Amino acid sequence: MSTTATSRAKPMVRDRTAVWLFLGYAVLIFFAFLYLYPFVVQVTTSFKTNSDAVANPLSPMADPFTLGAFDRLFNTEFPLWFRNSVIVTLLVTAGRVFLCSLAGYALARIKFRGRGAVFTALLAVMAVPGVVLLIPKFLVLNYLGIYNAWPALVLPLLVDAAGVFIMKQFFETIPESVEEAARIDGAGTFRIFWSVVLPMARPALITITILSFQGSWNELPHFIIASQDPGLFTLTKGVATLTSGQLGSGNQYPITMAAALLMTIPVAIVFFVFQKYLVRGGTAGAEKG
Amino acid sequence: MSRDTSIRRGQTLAGWTFVSPTLVVLGLFLAVPVLMALWVSFTDWNGRGSPFASGIGFVGVDNYRELVGEQGGLTRSDFMTSLRNNFFYVLLVVPLQTAFALFLALVLNQRLLKAVGFFRTAFYFPSVVSSVAISLVFLFLFSGGGVINSLLEVVGIDGPTWFNDSRGLFHLLGDGLGLWSASDPPSALAGSGVLGLTWWQWISGPSVALSVIIMLVIWTTAGTFMLMFLAALQDLPVEVEEAARIDGAGRWGVFRNVTLPHLRPTMLLVTTLGLIGTWQVFDQVYVMTQGGPGKTTLTPAYLSYSYAFDNQKWGVAAAMAFVLFLIIFTMTSLQRFLFRDKDAIATKRAARRTRKARANAPAGGAA
Repeated sequence: MSTTATSRAKPMVRDRTAVWLFLGYAVLIFFAFLYLYPFVVQVTTSFKTNSDAVANPLSPMADPFTLGAFDRLFNTEFPLWFRNSVIVTLLVTAGRVFLCSLAGYALARIKFRGRGAVFTALLAVMAVPGVVLLIPKFLVLNYLGIYNAWPALVLPLLVDAAGVFIMKQFFETIPESVEEAARIDGAGTFRIFWSVVLPMARPALITITILSFQGSWNELPHFIIASQDPGLFTLTKGVATLTSGQLGSGNQYPITMAAALLMTIPVAIVFFVFQKYLVRGGTAGAEKG
Repeated sequence: MSRDTSIRRGQTLAGWTFVSPTLVVLGLFLAVPVLMALWVSFTDWNGRGSPFASGIGFVGVDNYRELVGEQGGLTRSDFMTSLRNNFFYVLLVVPLQTAFALFLALVLNQRLLKAVGFFRTAFYFPSVVSSVAISLVFLFLFSGGGVINSLLEVVGIDGPTWFNDSRGLFHLLGDGLGLWSASDPPSALAGSGVLGLTWWQWISGPSVALSVIIMLVIWTTAGTFMLMFLAALQDLPVEVEEAARIDGAGRWGVFRNVTLPHLRPTMLLVTTLGLIGTWQVFDQVYVMTQGGPGKTTLTPAYLSYSYAFDNQKWGVAAAMAFVLFLIIFTMTSLQRFLFRDKDAIATKRAARRTRKARANAPAGGAA
């Protein structure tokens, strides 16, 4: 009895595994469709004419195929917004990478009085929800007289407490003997940090770079409260006005889709090239918790 | 020894030099703003000039009273409406996105599955795309004659005009179940109320328009949380699950008694992040609906912004921001309390019981 049971059970188990696997694929393909389809719509609609977009929203082919939406988009302030976003993103990313690694190194390696207090303060800062700070930030920018000016867009974004943590965690994994050797050779703290430790922190630096790039490129609320000068609009703020503002009733779908597409491309490129670093950064919080 | 102290002093100097830029930026754009806003929330400042000028009136807690007290009028009913909307939003988004993310992670975690990388990328991609771009795409997908309604038409359903539809889902649900008529609400609910809204308004559920934002957010953020669950699942040794299977546990049993307890810390993290994020919803409202239709997509974050920048009521707006902060703080603390380690508590309680029993024992013996 037992022999027949086991000999029959084996193919049954294999069958059931196959069924589960099949179900798994079916579910995954369904959801992959759900996740990719909106982006397919975005791309195809941006090459459609307005009437085609409204009449055949489901059609995956643009008929007729036109670059009209892009043409019209480039006649708006879009190029200016794009340029502003590039400038802000570059400045913020450079600043964040430098300041986060500087502070992260100090918290990980330099034994200075008050380190515990600084660390606690950073934890407290991370607990403050960002949206609650919109009005407060405006008040300070206004008070300092930099509202409606470049520094207002860049300065408040220069530090990211989470970035400091990622760097701190990484520096803690570098063996101390490396620094001791340099110290015996007479190198100062900054020199050790800059020429010895920082080059070893390449993976963490890339993670911070990607996160800062993505964060500042996609940032919206801060830019809303930091200026109202149309000359300082960034992509997110400018494109958000396309639905209500100068192009009227939101019926200009090919233009808004083209705008959405163009603002997605830089992030998409970075995402696909540096995916493994991004994934690591995205789950960095999980390890802490 | 003197060399030691000089090294120590040098370290302290270096340490503070390294962290000072970070501290200056955080202090200037985080600590100082919070204090300034706290001051403004007690004044009637209208946005012109300095909030510290001598002409600015100190009104005490009047701004806070306007949010919750009788005299608040429109301000109070706006604020309560925004709280109601956000509450229903949180109620749906947090459990659904957590469950969905966990589901995706579990499916992806099957050992024999191929092309995991592709699917993981597809699900995670929306998380890195600008909320503005995604909002624009959803505006098109859910427009009157858009993609979703065309798809619904194929299966014979006449889709709503999503962004103009202020009907509450719970109202519609009750109507469908025959509890009430959505167009003619029962007077017991519509006739009376609390805090500036009728009972009928309080129980509306999210409007059709808000439910589009709910779907968008679940779709966007599930990918991030899926990664967190996936990381935790991969930490669980395969042998543990296999051992449980050999001991005769079924798939469901293994999931309930082995996998789920292992995921507990991740679950706490995901729901905490979810709570913090959902109470702050702003971008999608700003881009897609500006609070409409019928104020059913107003959220405290957006209302506070619009009171300050559109209506120049800075004191009230700042007060709203602080109340919102308080809500988020309370919610996350409450949730931490509910999620506290029940096993640890049970062990502690058992220990206490044993101790008590032991203390009582000699007394019983003497009797």
